[in-house]
Amino acid sequence: MLMMTKSDLPQGTLDLLILKVVALGPVHGYAIAQRLQQVSRDVVQVPQGSLYPALHRLENRGLLSAGWKETETGREAKFYNLTRKGRAQLEKETASWERLTTAVGLILRLSEGGSK
Amino acid sequence: MNWWQRLWRRREMEEHLDKEVQFHIEQHAADLMARGIDPEDAQRRARLEIGGPEQVKESCRDARGTRWLEELLQDSRYGARVLRQNPGFAAIGVMTLALGIGGTTAIFSAINPILFEPLPYPHAERIATVWYEGADGSRGPQSFGTYRELAARSRMFDAFAVFKPWQPTLTGASQPERLDGQRVTATYFRVLGVAPALGHDFDPADDRSRGPNMVILSNTVWQRRFHSDRTITGHQITLNDNLYTVAGVMPAAFENVLAPSAEIWSLLQYDDSLPANGPEWGQHLSMVARLRPGFAMEQGKRELDEIAHIPVPEFSRAPWCSMNHGLIVNALQEDVTRGVKPALLAVWGAVILVLAIACVNVANLVLARGAQRRGEFAMRTALGAGRTRLVRQLLVESLLLTLMGGALGMVLAGMGVRALVALSPPDLPRLAAIQVNLPVFIFGFGVTILIGLAVGLIPALHVSHVDLHTGLQQSSRRSTGGQRLTRRALVVTEVALALLLLVGAGLLLRSLGRLFAVAAGFNPSHVLAMQVQVSSARRFPNSPAIHRFYAQALDAVTHVPGVERAAFTSQLPLNGDPLEIYGGHFEKDNNPGESNAAVRSAVTPGYFELMGIPLIRGRLFSPLDMEPSAARPVLINQSFARRKFSGHDPIGKRVRFGGSDNRPWDVIVGVVGDVNQMSLAAGQADTVYVTTAQWLWADNPLWLVVRSHGDAAQIAPAVKKAIWSVDKDQPIVRVATMESIVAASAAQRRFALTLFEAFALAALLLAGIGMFGILSGSVTERVREIGVRSALGASRGDILALVIREGMTLTGLGAALGLGGAVIASRFLVSLLFGVSRLDLVTYLGVTALLGGVSAVACWIPAWRAMRVDPAITLRAE
Repeated sequence: MLMMTKSDLPQGTLDLLILKVVALGPVHGYAIAQRLQQVSRDVVQVPQGSLYPALHRLENRGLLSAGWKETETGREAKFYNLTRKGRAQLEKETASWERLTTAVGLILRLSEGGSK
Repeated sequence: MNWWQRLWRRREMEEHLDKEVQFHIEQHAADLMARGIDPEDAQRRARLEIGGPEQVKESCRDARGTRWLEELLQDSRYGARVLRQNPGFAAIGVMTLALGIGGTTAIFSAINPILFEPLPYPHAERIATVWYEGADGSRGPQSFGTYRELAARSRMFDAFAVFKPWQPTLTGASQPERLDGQRVTATYFRVLGVAPALGHDFDPADDRSRGPNMVILSNTVWQRRFHSDRTITGHQITLNDNLYTVAGVMPAAFENVLAPSAEIWSLLQYDDSLPANGPEWGQHLSMVARLRPGFAMEQGKRELDEIAHIPVPEFSRAPWCSMNHGLIVNALQEDVTRGVKPALLAVWGAVILVLAIACVNVANLVLARGAQRRGEFAMRTALGAGRTRLVRQLLVESLLLTLMGGALGMVLAGMGVRALVALSPPDLPRLAAIQVNLPVFIFGFGVTILIGLAVGLIPALHVSHVDLHTGLQQSSRRSTGGQRLTRRALVVTEVALALLLLVGAGLLLRSLGRLFAVAAGFNPSHVLAMQVQVSSARRFPNSPAIHRFYAQALDAVTHVPGVERAAFTSQLPLNGDPLEIYGGHFEKDNNPGESNAAVRSAVTPGYFELMGIPLIRGRLFSPLDMEPSAARPVLINQSFARRKFSGHDPIGKRVRFGGSDNRPWDVIVGVVGDVNQMSLAAGQADTVYVTTAQWLWADNPLWLVVRSHGDAAQIAPAVKKAIWSVDKDQPIVRVATMESIVAASAAQRRFALTLFEAFALAALLLAGIGMFGILSGSVTERVREIGVRSALGASRGDILALVIREGMTLTGLGAALGLGGAVIASRFLVSLLFGVSRLDLVTYLGVTALLGGVSAVACWIPAWRAMRVDPAITLRAE
């Protein structure tokens, strides 16, 4: 199984992915990890050790806010929300990510065409 | 949450973090169990996958961004605990540092406003003082005539002002009060660049002979005597029985560095036509001037020098004001600090040495503690503390120590400043500005931090190469070779610095002794002096009236029981007032080009007998000389006579001092002994004496001198009563014994000496403590060796010699270095020395012996302990 660890993710990508997941609604850390794994069909498997420091960093930067709520199983967990600043950051980073991937794709195609 | 909230609510955050990680693990385990993995295995896998809960938490703490602060707080708490556990070490360290920092800060608070801060005037660097230059380069007081010429001819200076002291008596609703003030030209406040806060400045049109009486008040006298009455301007007040109109009131912040005690100013009002027999050509004024913007002080100096050397016909000059030696032009700040600068700089140097010794002492102490804590550091290293963390811990500890020392030092500085002001010589400028203010506080704080880093760095460097293995193994308190060497070097430094200070204090002490051994030319014992003034121009409208008052007062004083003799003089030796100097003409001058300026002293007959000034040849004044006479008899002093008449008899020779050239000649009737008029160190001034009755005008005020049978100070009240029996409204001020006046004339040297003695004592004590500390430590470390030596048959004497030798080697090294340093550093003391070479052998040997003695005492206690080491016990102990 192809597995991408944190070190394989381009710089800043983990933050972007976390912001995206949180943007879908209040969510706790474990669920974020689960969702990243599910949605990417197990390609992105964030080492759980680096998930929490990243969450705390984003919280300190004011991109996420956090509060304690009960889960559906009746346990208290720390739920993360996207702040307005976080949403702006997400949009900015998404746009720049798309620009980057498009550019990279263009270059890769060009090199194939050149070899023909 | 911002960073300080994160810091503040650390415990809460820790709990949350713990809960969050725990939740993750449990959730994960639950998921795994749901997939059919048995509970125990699920728990284990969940923990493994997260990568260890503690590591995750640690990374999260890092992510908070307040980590360094948290650790700093941790280090501080730990450091405080370490200090609490060693109260003796902490107390000695804190007190030593407080002494050094407090002393340095106190001295800085004095030298900062005097030497470093600009004077409190706008563009103070443009204000200059202008003096006549004498043939020997000395500075002489100015005349009004020269002021007029310079003010008219100079292009680079905006304004000139001359002034002289003035002591009017203020009468009115409350008690009469004699004020200190100045008579100034209308330009005075313009030169300083400060305008009255209330009312207006002097009008130049009023500054003429017989102009209107105008005064400007200081803020203090306005508050004290006029209850801050804002309507006072334009109203009249009574001074010396005359009415004066108040022109204005100076601002509260106005600081008059040229006459700090002056509270009231009136116009000089000299005659612009410069009559030859008036005070207009008398050299008794001080001069200040303000440069125009765009000109440098050097240019101004050159311009004035040119004016001095190129007379023009429009401005005639009195012969003694010819300026043929030029003018001395100085920046005002340089001028007012000139007198105290050498003493202040010497004291500054001394206190920095004390600070250095204090630092060395504390560094030594910290190093010794470091040696004892090597086991602890090795343990921390083994538990994963990084080297930077250990170094930081040591720095934090030493900063904690120095901050406490600094805080206590600030308290000491506050007290020290008060003592300093009380001790200060009378000519110390800007006394009011000497206080612990913000710049002083910043200085003290900065010094504290620097010391904290420096003192912490030395042990930190040693810790950085702790060998884990030996460190852990060694539970004993032995220090390593490197540390021992550093500590010994520090003690040697301490001894050397202390010796440097001791040499300075010794040289100053011997100077003061020599100075007071100088024959001042008169006998000050049993002599009382006081300044008497005729202050009512209405009741004493002319010279005869003034003469009559003084004659009656003198008569009354001679009848006071206990009074042996009494006399008046216009010039009291060594009292610090400016000398009154007049140019002289000799009828047959053997050296016409030479300056004949001399101090003029008007006295009553009996003055010389009273003061014990010997008659060399001719005669003294008699009561007959108080009558008007065509040919005034004058006396001159011995060295003046020797210089002017070289071997010939000066008696009967004719001279003329002051007044116009067509005045009749005066006749020299006697030669008297030399008197040190200005200061003991300055040597004798050429002086010409006349009687008070025969001078050009009636001198006022005059100094009354009284020789008593018993204690001079005790007859003061009776003498004052006698004068007031003649006229009860005339002020009597500055009552002092002649002995105290002589002592005060050496105040600057005494000031330097007192501080040097205090600092040298502190240095000696610190060096002794340092020596004691190192030898005690050394004996403790070598207990085993000493035990072995004793067991092998070394006598107690051998053991004693072992320790004493170590101490004396260190002392000898330090002393040699210190003596070498003193030979160089004593150069900075030269201007404060008198009659003693800066390389005075007696001083150098004396202080070395003193230091040797103190260090012998410091050696003796550890040596005695070493001697009593019981080999049986020590050998068993390890």
